[in-house]
Amino acid sequence: MTIQGTFEETGNGAKPSHTEAAGHEEHGDYRVLGLLTFLFSESLMFGGLFAAYLVYRASTETWPPESTEVELLLPAINTIILVSSSFVIHRGDSAIKKGDVNGLRVWYLATALMGIVFLGGQVYEYLTLGYGLTTNVFSNCFYVMTGFHGLHVLVGVLLIFGVMWRSRRTNHYNAEKHTGVEMAEIYWHFVDIIWIILFVLLYVLTQI
Amino acid sequence: MAQADLTMDHSLERNGKHPEKWNWYHYFWYNTDHKVIGIQYLVTSFAFYLIAGVMALFMRAELYTPDSDLLDPNMYNALLTNHGTMMIFFWIVPAAIGGFGNYLVPLMIGAKDMAFPNLNAIAFWLNPPAGALLIASLFFGGAQSGWTAYPPLSLVTNNIGQSFWILSIVLVGTSSILGSVNFLITIFKLKTPNMTWDELPLFCWAMIATSILALFSTPVLAIGLVLLLFDINFGTGFFRPEMGGSVVVYQHLFWFYSHPAVYLMILPIFGIMSEIVTTHARKPIFGYKAIAYSSLAICIVGLFVWVHHMFTSGTPAWMRMFFTISTLIVAVPTGVKIFSWVATLWGGKIRFTTPLLFAVGLLAMFVFGGLSGVTLGTAPFDIHVHDTYYVVAHFHYVLFGGSVFGIYAAVYHWFPKITGRMYNETWGRIHFVLTFIGTNLTFLPMHQLGMQGMPRRIAMYDAQFEALNQICTYGSMLLGFSVLPFLINMIWCWAKGKPAGRNPWHSLTLEWQTTSPPAIENFDEEPIIWAGPYDYGIDTQSLETEATVEEMLEEVGQEVR
Repeated sequence: MTIQGTFEETGNGAKPSHTEAAGHEEHGDYRVLGLLTFLFSESLMFGGLFAAYLVYRASTETWPPESTEVELLLPAINTIILVSSSFVIHRGDSAIKKGDVNGLRVWYLATALMGIVFLGGQVYEYLTLGYGLTTNVFSNCFYVMTGFHGLHVLVGVLLIFGVMWRSRRTNHYNAEKHTGVEMAEIYWHFVDIIWIILFVLLYVLTQI
Repeated sequence: MAQADLTMDHSLERNGKHPEKWNWYHYFWYNTDHKVIGIQYLVTSFAFYLIAGVMALFMRAELYTPDSDLLDPNMYNALLTNHGTMMIFFWIVPAAIGGFGNYLVPLMIGAKDMAFPNLNAIAFWLNPPAGALLIASLFFGGAQSGWTAYPPLSLVTNNIGQSFWILSIVLVGTSSILGSVNFLITIFKLKTPNMTWDELPLFCWAMIATSILALFSTPVLAIGLVLLLFDINFGTGFFRPEMGGSVVVYQHLFWFYSHPAVYLMILPIFGIMSEIVTTHARKPIFGYKAIAYSSLAICIVGLFVWVHHMFTSGTPAWMRMFFTISTLIVAVPTGVKIFSWVATLWGGKIRFTTPLLFAVGLLAMFVFGGLSGVTLGTAPFDIHVHDTYYVVAHFHYVLFGGSVFGIYAAVYHWFPKITGRMYNETWGRIHFVLTFIGTNLTFLPMHQLGMQGMPRRIAMYDAQFEALNQICTYGSMLLGFSVLPFLINMIWCWAKGKPAGRNPWHSLTLEWQTTSPPAIENFDEEPIIWAGPYDYGIDTQSLETEATVEEMLEEVGQEVR
């Protein structure tokens, strides 16, 4: 009787591959909650960095020191791109909630491209700034903070590509089952929020 | 009926994925069972305990005479750095949190495994490469700036060793964050539905507090160390005053983690204490809620005391005042716990088993270390004894007398559960007596050395301190020797001990209600909570109604169905 039951279970369309890989057969899916907890912790990593930056800012007379000024135009455009990408990725999430896998792919691809443009802009800025990592304590902070954030953007882009890659399989994501999609989106929002704080600290507070 | 079918299906499905019972080689490879991971943590961390212990013995041997005649002073510095690092990051933290946390939490809350078994395995497997990096650093001369790695010392001594050291700590830090995420979600979400929060074992409460602390503080240490890595290798000047940086920023980032790390190392032990004291005194725990909430209080207050390590770092007066007060406040919830354990013991039917002996030893030692901690938390006194052997004495009383005694107590207490066999009581008691005497002989004289002004972390010292140092060295040799009866007892009884049965201590927490060692998925069916975890000597079975046994059985039968 029990064996019969087993066949029925696997027989009626439940996809063992994905859920088993995640190891979540017998309880709810808490991956989103886990990710949020992790991101909370991750944000404190940036918190430590920001606190250190503010201490250096407070204890240095002219901030940023002369000859290491930042430019504002390009980063502002970059900021607009990154912030709007958060809305774009949300369209992808809404699409899969309606069961529209193609919509998911399109919007996620758009987000990834925006992320790549952002990273390109960042690299361009590095190349044109005229000072390097080791110039003074401001440039130390500048490169480490933006670099560390850029690393997170890169991870976010890879996650998005991961979601797109997985969406090839029929019915891997559908209206009911799309935790991976949601996680990539949450991570992307996180990267975005960190950037806004970073932008204020590095680009806005240095103009005043 | 349909539900019962479903659960059976699952067990069958799972049985297809793993064997009935793990073979020995399953313990040496990637495995997602929380019990296997717990044992992996315990055994690897114990290996590091032995390595770091041997380092300590060499240091004590060097300190037998005032001159540096056994070890090269650089070697001595490398040993003291790695002794501290290994004992903290590779022994106490992984053994208490990774080992017992993983092994016990799912069992205690009636779950089949952790919420994220794969993440759990990954978190463990970050440890071996981290340990390998640390050991590799020794071949390059090792980090030599103490476990605190303060710049500028860490910037000017052995850059390669220091860089390896940093990478190693960042890896274990990552492991600790991943583990903490797992513990929190597991306890909050997988607690068996019929267990109320008031019935959650106190060890799990302690693990909640521990995990929150780790999530708050570990990332800050990680970023501080990454900045240090940049300073050493990539020419930045975060901590180089000549480039506009500040060494005190490092100290803040470091201690923001490393003071809470002290609670990471003691909170799980407090949880273990609550389990052991009540089980072996056969009495309900005194003040369940007080103990549970005081863990959370320690966790919150503990985040705001870190500057008491920096009273001599040019700290402004208001900061000294603030952090002296907060440090003294953190002693209050700790005192609440101590009081509760003593009150639990008082009038209990105490069984002088080895776990209880270690628990009582812990009480005595920890109170002693706690008192010297209060003196150190007071800025005026701290400035006098800062960086002397008084500090060494203090933290060895809390970390060795507290944490290590707690881990020993836990190993003996849960040995029957983990292995299914009993340890040898006589050898356990011998181990306790040797350890207790050895600890006090080693660390008690250090208080006096510190008060007289002997600085820590120095291979050579003034000749007037020789006699006391020799006592310490004898004590450390006794401590080193005391590990032998433990090792023999553990290895021998794991192989040949008397079968223990499912619940040799007649304990009421859930982990004792399943087989020893527990089956791979822990419980055959969802456990039903009959009584609170500490209702010793309380008749919870008979109800006020006049129901007969048959009627009650009938009722239970229906619930099960």
